Amino acid sequence: MPDDLLLPRPQGLYCPAGDFFIDPMEPVRRAVVTHAHADHARSGSGHYDVAAAGLGLMRERLGQDASITAHGYGEAFRHGPVTVSLHPAGHVLGSAQVRMELDGRVVVVSGDYKRDPDPTCEPFEPVRCDVFVTESTFGLPVYRWPPMDAVIDELSAWWGDCARRGVPAVLFCYALGKAQRILAELAVRTERTVHLHGAMLRLVEQYREAGVRMVPTEPVSESARGRDFAGELIMAPPSAAGSPWMKRFAKASTGFASGWMQIRGSRRRRGYDRGFVVSDHADWPGLLQSVQQSGARRIYITHGDGETLIRHLRDLGHDAQPLRLLRERDSESGG
Amino acid sequence: MRRFAKLYAELDRTASTLAKREAMAAYLREAPPADAAWAVHVLAGGKLRRLATATELRQALAEATGYADWLIEDSYQHVGDLAETIALMLPPGDGSLGEVPLHVWLEQHLPALAKLDSAERIATLQSWWLALKPEQVFLLNKLITGALRVGVSQRLVVQALAAWSGQPTDLIAHRLSGTWKPTSRALAALAAPVGEDEHLADRPYPFFLASPLEGEVTALGDPRDWLAEWKWDGIRAQLMWREGRAGLWSRGEERLDGRFPEIEQAAASLPMDGVLDGELLAWDVQTARPLPFTALQKRIGKLKPGPKLLAGTPVRFMAYDLIECAGEDLRERPLHERRARLTELLEPTDTALMLSPALVADAWDALTAERTHARERQTEGLMLKRLDSPYRVGRKRGDWWKWKVDPHTLDAVLLYAQPGHGRRAGLFTDYSFGVWDGDELVTVAKAYSGLDDAEIARLDRWIRAHTIERFGPVRAVEPLHVFELAFEAVQLSGRHKSGVAVRFPRIARWRTDKQPADADHLDDLRRLATG
Ligand SMILES: [Zn+2]
Ligand SMILES: [Zn+2]
Repeated sequence: MPDDLLLPRPQGLYCPAGDFFIDPMEPVRRAVVTHAHADHARSGSGHYDVAAAGLGLMRERLGQDASITAHGYGEAFRHGPVTVSLHPAGHVLGSAQVRMELDGRVVVVSGDYKRDPDPTCEPFEPVRCDVFVTESTFGLPVYRWPPMDAVIDELSAWWGDCARRGVPAVLFCYALGKAQRILAELAVRTERTVHLHGAMLRLVEQYREAGVRMVPTEPVSESARGRDFAGELIMAPPSAAGSPWMKRFAKASTGFASGWMQIRGSRRRRGYDRGFVVSDHADWPGLLQSVQQSGARRIYITHGDGETLIRHLRDLGHDAQPLRLLRERDSESGG
Repeated sequence: MRRFAKLYAELDRTASTLAKREAMAAYLREAPPADAAWAVHVLAGGKLRRLATATELRQALAEATGYADWLIEDSYQHVGDLAETIALMLPPGDGSLGEVPLHVWLEQHLPALAKLDSAERIATLQSWWLALKPEQVFLLNKLITGALRVGVSQRLVVQALAAWSGQPTDLIAHRLSGTWKPTSRALAALAAPVGEDEHLADRPYPFFLASPLEGEVTALGDPRDWLAEWKWDGIRAQLMWREGRAGLWSRGEERLDGRFPEIEQAAASLPMDGVLDGELLAWDVQTARPLPFTALQKRIGKLKPGPKLLAGTPVRFMAYDLIECAGEDLRERPLHERRARLTELLEPTDTALMLSPALVADAWDALTAERTHARERQTEGLMLKRLDSPYRVGRKRGDWWKWKVDPHTLDAVLLYAQPGHGRRAGLFTDYSFGVWDGDELVTVAKAYSGLDDAEIARLDRWIRAHTIERFGPVRAVEPLHVFELAFEAVQLSGRHKSGVAVRFPRIARWRTDKQPADADHLDDLRRLATG
C-alpha cells in the first residue's frame, strides 16, 4: 500500500499517520469502528470512535464501560495530523464510512454499505476521495437486488399462505440490521405482531430507542408453553435453524432472507422452503455506482472475493487493486 | 407465458409433493386449455427441441449487456446454469412479451427461431429477453435449450390432472401414455369421462410393475395360488396388433416401431387384435435361449436393421400377459384367465412370438430348486404372479414379485459426476446415482467402474452438455440416464441422507432402454435392508 494514510496490518487496516486502526480484529490502542456487526466491532481496545447513531448498538457489543467517543455524521475530528470524519454507509443503524484527510489527500474506507433505501438507517453518502476502499461481498453482475417492495410482497404472500395452511412461518435472517429492516418494511403494511428469537430482542429494542418504526414484536420465550404459532411470523437468526428451539414450531415453513438467495442453486442447497433476496450489502450496480461517485484514482477491494470486480474496473480504466485482510468469515453481516 | 413461469417458479422452490400437486392443479384450472396442454406436455417430461446453442446464448447476452466474455464466464461459473445466468445479468425487461400465451411461443415463435440463421437468431433472442421479466427469461431459455426440469414426476402430473379433472389416475395415465400431442382437444380428452367411442388405440397401457421379493418365499402362502415364470433379462414391452397395424412400445413408453420387423411381422399372424405384455430378447436359435443383453443393445440402436443384423441377432417377443383381446380391455380379469386366452392366441403361431413358459410346482421347494438354474438359462431368476390378480397400473406391491437369483442389483439415475484420476483424469468417471423417494431422486450410491472406454467417452460428452449445476469439480446433471448397479449388500444407515448404505456398488450396465421413472424406489432398498 503506497499511502501513509492506510496500511494493512495483521490486526486490520491501520492509519500510520494518525496511529489508529479501522475495525481491528484484535485489541489495539485506538480504533475507529464502522458498524456494530461482530466481525467489525470487537471489544478490548483502548478507545473507540463511532458514529453517534450507532452508539447504543456499539455499547451492546463493546461493553458498557468501553471508552467510546460518538461523532455526528460529517463532523471532523483529529488523530494527530489526520482529519477524520464518519459518513453514512446505509448498511445498518449507525454504520459509517471513514474519511481520512492528510495534506490535501483523502482516503475513504467504505466499511459494509448498500445503496438501496432502508427505513432503519441514513442512506449512503457518496464522498469524493483519492483512494476508495470498497467492500465487494456481492461483486458479480448476477447480483442485482430486486426492489424491496417486491420482496416484501412475496414475504407477505408467504406469511398469508402459511396462515391459510395453518402452519408457522419462521424467517431466518441476521439479528442485527436485516431483522429490523424487515420489521420496519412490514410496518408499512401491517400492524400484526411478529415473534422474535431471544437473540434479536435487545437489538430490536435499540432500534426502537433510536426512533425506528417497526411492527409490534413479542419474545417467543414469553409465550405460554405449548402455544400454537399457526399462521404467525417468527424471526430467528440462522443459527437457530435445526436447533431444539425449532421444536415448538411444528410443521413450520422456513424462509431465509439473504442476498445469496438470488441464486437458485444456493436456495436449493440451503434447504429452506423459501428464499427472499434481501441484502444489506451493495449489489453489482451499487458497487460500480459508488466507485464512480468516489472519483478516486485508485480503488482497493476488500471483503469477499473481489477478482471479478477488480478485473471489470480495470477494463473500465480504473486503477483497482485487491486489499487482503485476514478478516474471519463474516458470521453476522454476511449476505 | 407469465402464468407458466410463475408455476415453474412455484414448483421449483418447493420440495413438498402436496404443494407441487396443488400448484399444478391450480394452474390447470386457470390457464387457457391450449397453454395448459403444453404445460402438461412439458411437465410430464415431453421432449423439447434444442433451438439455440450455448454459444449463441452467450453471444446474445454479450451483445445485449455489453459485458465482456470473461465476465459472462465468471458469472456462469458462479451460478452454474446458463439460462439462469442470463436471466440474472440482463436488465429486467417490462414483461410485455410475457403476455404472449405459452402455446403461441411453443407452436409459432420457437419453431420459427429454428429456421433463422445464427445472426438473426441471436438478434431475436435479445429482443425477446428485453421484453420479459427475469423469471420469464429463465423459462424461455430453458425451453430454447430443451433442458426444462421441474422436479415433478409424470405420476405427480397425472395426480394433478386427476385432481383437476375428477377422472381416476389410472385412466389419465393411460390416456397420457404413448405419444400425447399437446393440444387443447387432447387436454379436453384427458379430462373427459370415459366415452363409448374412446380411442386409446394408439397408446400402450400403463405397465404393471413387479416389486423385489424380500424375506422368505413361503410367506406368500400356497404356491398353487401363484404363477411362476422365468424373469427374462431383456426389454419389457407391449406389442399391439390393432386393425391391421402393429405397434411396439417399451416400458419407458418409447415407440420401438421399425426396430424389430420380425416381431411386427409375427404380430400380423395373430388371429385377432390384441395387446401383449412381454419381453424383447435377443435369441440364440441353436440353444433356444436368450443371448446376453449386450446383443439386444445392438438391435435397439438400429432403426432399420439390415438382413445381416437380422440374421446374426434375431429377436423374440416372449409374451407373458394379454391385456387386451379383440378390442376388450382384460385388465380387470384374473391372471389365470388372461393367461389362458394368451395361450390360445399364441398356439397356432410359430414365429418370433413366444409364450413365456409357466413353471408348475405345488411346493416352494421345487421352485427354489428351479430358480438355481436361472443363470444357465440366461434369466435373472423367477417371477411370481398371483393367479387371481388383475393387471394393475404402475408399481403396486402384493401381486407381482421378482425373485432374483442375485437380488443385489438396482436401477438408479445418474445425478452427479466428477472427474477421475490417473489414466482417466479429466474424464468424468466418478458417478453418483439416485433412486426415487416419493417424487424426489435421492443419492444412494457412488460408483467408479463398470463402463467400457467407449461408454465412458460417450457419457463424458453427455455430462458436459447436460450439466445443470456445479459444485467445485462436481457436476449435477439432468437426471435422464438409468444405470443398473450391482452391489454386495444394503444396510440401514443413519449417516446417509437416504437412510441406507449400499455396499460396493458397481455399474452393471447402462440401461438406455429405461427412463428415469423406471428407476427403483428407496422403499425397496429399505425393505431389502431390513428384510
Ligand atoms: Zn456488516
Ligand atoms: Zn462485514
